[in-house]
Amino acid sequence: MPITRRAALGASLAALAAPALSRAQGAARLLVIGGGFGGASAARFARTQYPELQVTLVEPLTRFVTCPYGNLLLGGYRQIGDITHSYDGLRAAGIRILHDWAEGIDAAGKRVRLRGGETLAYDKLILSPGIAIRYGALPGYDEAAAQALPHAWVPGDGSQTLLLRRQLEAMEDGGVVGISIPANPFRCPPGPYERISMIAAYLKRHKPRSKVLALDAKDAFSKQGLFQDGWKALYGDMVEWVPASKDGKVARVDPAAKVFETEFGERHRLAVGNVIPPQSAARIVLDSGLAAQTGWAEVDPRTLASRAAPDIHIIGDANNGAPMPKSGYIANSTAKQAVASAVAALRGEAPPEAVYFNTCYSHVGDDYGISIVGIFRPGPNGFVEVPNSGGVSPRGDLPEQRRLEAIHADTWYASITRDMFG
Amino acid sequence: MIPSRSLAAALVAGGLLAMPAQAAGPAPLAAQGCLGCHGPNGAGLASGARLAGRDAQELATLLRDYRADRRPGTIMNRIARGYTEDEIAAVAAYFAAIR
Ligand SMILES: Cc1cc2nc3c(=O)[nH]c(=O)nc-3n(C[C@H](O)[C@H](O)[C@H](O)COP(=O)(O)OP(=O)(O)OC[C@H]3O[C@@H](n4cnc5c(N)ncnc54)[C@H](O)[C@@H]3O)c2cc1C
Ligand code: HEC
Repeated sequence: MPITRRAALGASLAALAAPALSRAQGAARLLVIGGGFGGASAARFARTQYPELQVTLVEPLTRFVTCPYGNLLLGGYRQIGDITHSYDGLRAAGIRILHDWAEGIDAAGKRVRLRGGETLAYDKLILSPGIAIRYGALPGYDEAAAQALPHAWVPGDGSQTLLLRRQLEAMEDGGVVGISIPANPFRCPPGPYERISMIAAYLKRHKPRSKVLALDAKDAFSKQGLFQDGWKALYGDMVEWVPASKDGKVARVDPAAKVFETEFGERHRLAVGNVIPPQSAARIVLDSGLAAQTGWAEVDPRTLASRAAPDIHIIGDANNGAPMPKSGYIANSTAKQAVASAVAALRGEAPPEAVYFNTCYSHVGDDYGISIVGIFRPGPNGFVEVPNSGGVSPRGDLPEQRRLEAIHADTWYASITRDMFG
Repeated sequence: MIPSRSLAAALVAGGLLAMPAQAAGPAPLAAQGCLGCHGPNGAGLASGARLAGRDAQELATLLRDYRADRRPGTIMNRIARGYTEDEIAAVAAYFAAIR
């Protein structure tokens, strides 16, 4: 963003410089900002695979609540403790963890200023701060509105997900739960549709006269056929999904009245309203001048190095990785390539061959899981999906496939969080 | 964990190594993608089968069978089709070498 701000930061860093910098003799310094899917994966991979690195992780939260499986909490299938992870494993692995905010990046001077006052110098920076909600982009939806109409789309301390759950518990049977779904790109393409499913599962069990009204700014979505088959089979007409072409796009929200107003002026009064708002890369990416006009960071598809600053690798949801989805698995996969590429560059070597991997499982109901797989490689102008690979679960009446995928989804959650946090 | 010399030899044999420097580095990145379902270092976890320490030929054959739809699965067929012959050999050799 503003050049003036960056210049000011550079000057203040220069004044602070020497005494604040700490460096173990000889060890290359890898600094990781953000301890979520990308950052925790990067820090742990770096520490375990390249013991010669000095790895520091900056993350304000002392416990990380995952977005994945947050929808299962809404459905009543998980408790908050089941989706909360501590940083003890990373600390035990020898990673220095600072529970603080990165406030400014001086890319030229290779330094990061923390809110607590400390300044950290790095040889390579891995930036995985996730997304920011674009408050105000949807008229009526500002920070205060999120207390009445929770988004539950950024993990934080879990309070947003818990707030939405409490609202569902408090509502009377017969009410309408509204979900506003944004245009592409956004975090977790199948996430809103898994959320519809899990809220419907809760309502079916506890408030069977209620319904879910999903208002979408798009006409098509991830795993659409599979989700719609599942909704029909499990929830009948409890779930209504309205595409943009049928006036599904929410144009304004009224948090006090709990009303979603669509593009063509229809006003939907709701018992509970969940707004999945428009998003951009996290603030630190925008404020450091590392985002393009789109609000997302452009990176080299081979190394994840920022197009704007080659010693900063930007991974996870913050980059424009299309056609790769903004998923936890892609954050984990790009984390490893970013670290391997950073180390190769420090050694004066070429980066390793890249192959990026994604699977997103979704729970549609009891014993009912579906998935999408994508394998990607760097191409001349970005990321390219490997032809004839990946894709979604088969459609049709396949109860055994669905039952097994629900089980394998749980294994995925256990396995990926072990890979991140040890 | 991994006998690094035999791993390096396996990786070179597998044809994945474009640069010798990688031998001193981590698992082939293709194998990293498997860890999100098959447990830490491929040791197996819940319904995720163990891959570590299994015969390389057996693993490579399983992966080729998934790729060619000769073996049924809920997801491995879709996954195996994303990798080259060389990557399958390297990934199989990598997991086989973990003790
Ligand atoms: C409901 C839902 C369900 C989902 N389900 C799945 C799923 O099943 N599978 C899947 O693969 N993905 C899923 N996702 C997507 C997944 O959560 C994201 O893609 C993933 O979290 C992205 O990782 P990240 O590292 O970019 O960001 P995050 O995981 O959000 O981590 C970013 C971290 O950076 C920290 N941070 C931010 N700014 C700063 C700063 N200035 N200084 C220091 N730290 C900072 C934050 O506190 C945060 O901990 C789901 C998402 C949602 C919302
Ligand atoms: C998204 C989860 C997931 C990922 C990622 C994954 N697998 Fe699997 N794997 C499974 C499941 C589930 C099965 C059981 C067969 C099925 O349902 O497709 C399986 C089965 C296997 C088997 C057969 C095991 C046996 O004894 O029958 C092998 C071998 C295997 N996987 C290897 C791999 C390799 C190598 C990778 C990485 C390239 C990988 N898997 C990535 C989920 C995964």
